Amino acid sequence: MAFIPHTPADVREMLAAIGAADVEALFDEIPAGLRSEPLAGVPEALNEMRIGRLLRERAAADGMVLSFIGAGAYEHHIPAAVWAIASRGEFYTSYTPYQAEASQGTLQLIYEYQTMIASLTGMEVANASLYDGASSLAEAALMAVRANRKAPSRRILVPATTHPHYRQVARAITGRQGLSFDVLPYDADEGILATSDIVAAAGAVALVVQQPNFFGRLEEVDALTDWAHAQGMLVIAVVNPISLGLLEPPGAWGGRGADIVVGEGQPLGVPLSSGGPYFGFMATRKEFVRHMPGRIVGRTLDTSGREGYTLTLQAREQHIRRAKATSNICTNQGLLVTAATIYLSLMGAQGIERTAAASHARTRELLAALVRLPGVRTAFRGPCFHEAVLRFDRPVAPLLEGLARDGILGGFDLAGHYPELGPALLVCATETKTSADIERYAAALGRLLGAPPVRAGIC
Amino acid sequence: MSTVPAELEYTDAHEWLRRLPDGTVEVGITDHAQHALGDLVYVELPEVGRAVKAGEACAVVESVKSASDVYSPVTGEVIACNPVLEKAPETINQDPYRAGWMMRVRVAPDAVAGAVLSAAQYTEFLDGKDD
Repeated sequence: MAFIPHTPADVREMLAAIGAADVEALFDEIPAGLRSEPLAGVPEALNEMRIGRLLRERAAADGMVLSFIGAGAYEHHIPAAVWAIASRGEFYTSYTPYQAEASQGTLQLIYEYQTMIASLTGMEVANASLYDGASSLAEAALMAVRANRKAPSRRILVPATTHPHYRQVARAITGRQGLSFDVLPYDADEGILATSDIVAAAGAVALVVQQPNFFGRLEEVDALTDWAHAQGMLVIAVVNPISLGLLEPPGAWGGRGADIVVGEGQPLGVPLSSGGPYFGFMATRKEFVRHMPGRIVGRTLDTSGREGYTLTLQAREQHIRRAKATSNICTNQGLLVTAATIYLSLMGAQGIERTAAASHARTRELLAALVRLPGVRTAFRGPCFHEAVLRFDRPVAPLLEGLARDGILGGFDLAGHYPELGPALLVCATETKTSADIERYAAALGRLLGAPPVRAGIC
Repeated sequence: MSTVPAELEYTDAHEWLRRLPDGTVEVGITDHAQHALGDLVYVELPEVGRAVKAGEACAVVESVKSASDVYSPVTGEVIACNPVLEKAPETINQDPYRAGWMMRVRVAPDAVAGAVLSAAQYTEFLDGKDD
């Protein structure tokens, strides 16, 4: 599918045919007040050599940091084969062609991806992906409003333990469509939502349950799911895909399971890359599939009885349903989904389980090392996955600056989003961290806290 | 040539309505509409008990190539939907005026009558469209 731009002669010919003086004349009808000025903040284009040098210099400024930040994006080992395969010419495109069925390989890959996501989440059907975890929560909220037609409101219950950026993005995307989000408080000792704390829930469309939650804690998903269903609400699960190697899949939560499952796909073979691009995943029950946004690939037989893949249930989508489409998302994150599918194929169920178990063990090791330091303690009682909140006896920001000088990213400062916690830090260790890395972190933090040098030796 | 039963009333959005002896109104889509849509694969019906206004989109018929809204020809309350259509939407293609009915509406007593066409007027309307 070659893209051949019009030659200057083509452009002159076309303009002459309609009697326009130049291309600018085509935009005459747009009033001057609505036109954008040249973008003052955007510099002139650089050539390949210069931009390459600039980006290398910027990358070098990041240095080789040792990161203990999670908070929604997680550093996992990515087998070299993942991107070696994803970078092959046959895969290395981020877009489904307009005549999607002409690209059977792409469709088959997406079909395999959907199957893997459905299997991982314990749900019946998954779509071809969404933009990222945060926007997939917004899409899930809109979908819940369509699917739960008996609910008399457009209110979604969202615990304060849900990722704060997800809540902000969901509000930004859905606010104009009349959705509102009631933020539910969390238990101060346990850092999880308790159903007994939920007031004024009547008539809400859905309850969001993030597992593990933003604090890394495990919510009581079975009780919350059953409670929400008893109130006539749907349950929107926001899950970390790696955690599903150990934790109960949302499809098995409570008596009926979650209704819509979304999450950030980045942990599945996508590098941190300073924050993106990532991809969101979404799965649901078959009964809600027509309310689901995004593309869906199906497997079928052609007229000769051979197996083939096709985009299906397209009447939900904007090229057919126009303004009443389930979403104005009409694409997927093709390249990242390709990497995730290869990652899941290489890791298998056992690999995901071992990655999850190793991440959990490293986080426990990290917590054990850090709470030995003066003035540091865990904020909440109860189990966590691969992330936890620590409380400090002094502000966290200067400590993080000190650690950064030692090449350590110490965690995510919660002062901005959760001031009620006092000085608090969200820390994460995945399977990529060694005992030596953890000792290095503990020693550096110990120096900043004025602790006497700690002897090595963990647990 | 699509069939247009003489005893029914119609709208210019290709719904038919049948006034039942108990005063309620049965609603469906016309033979012309089902033919234009092609094989139906899914029908989304309103909740029973929902209040609908004349001209309001209250159902969706989806074929392999398109999805279209169905508008209520009257103002009132939905009192029943055709349960057959959930599993067998093709019933509308096979028998649009009888087995393929979509919903029954109890017309609100104070409702202003919506604009409906007689069979003759609807036939004339269809003829005009064919040009």
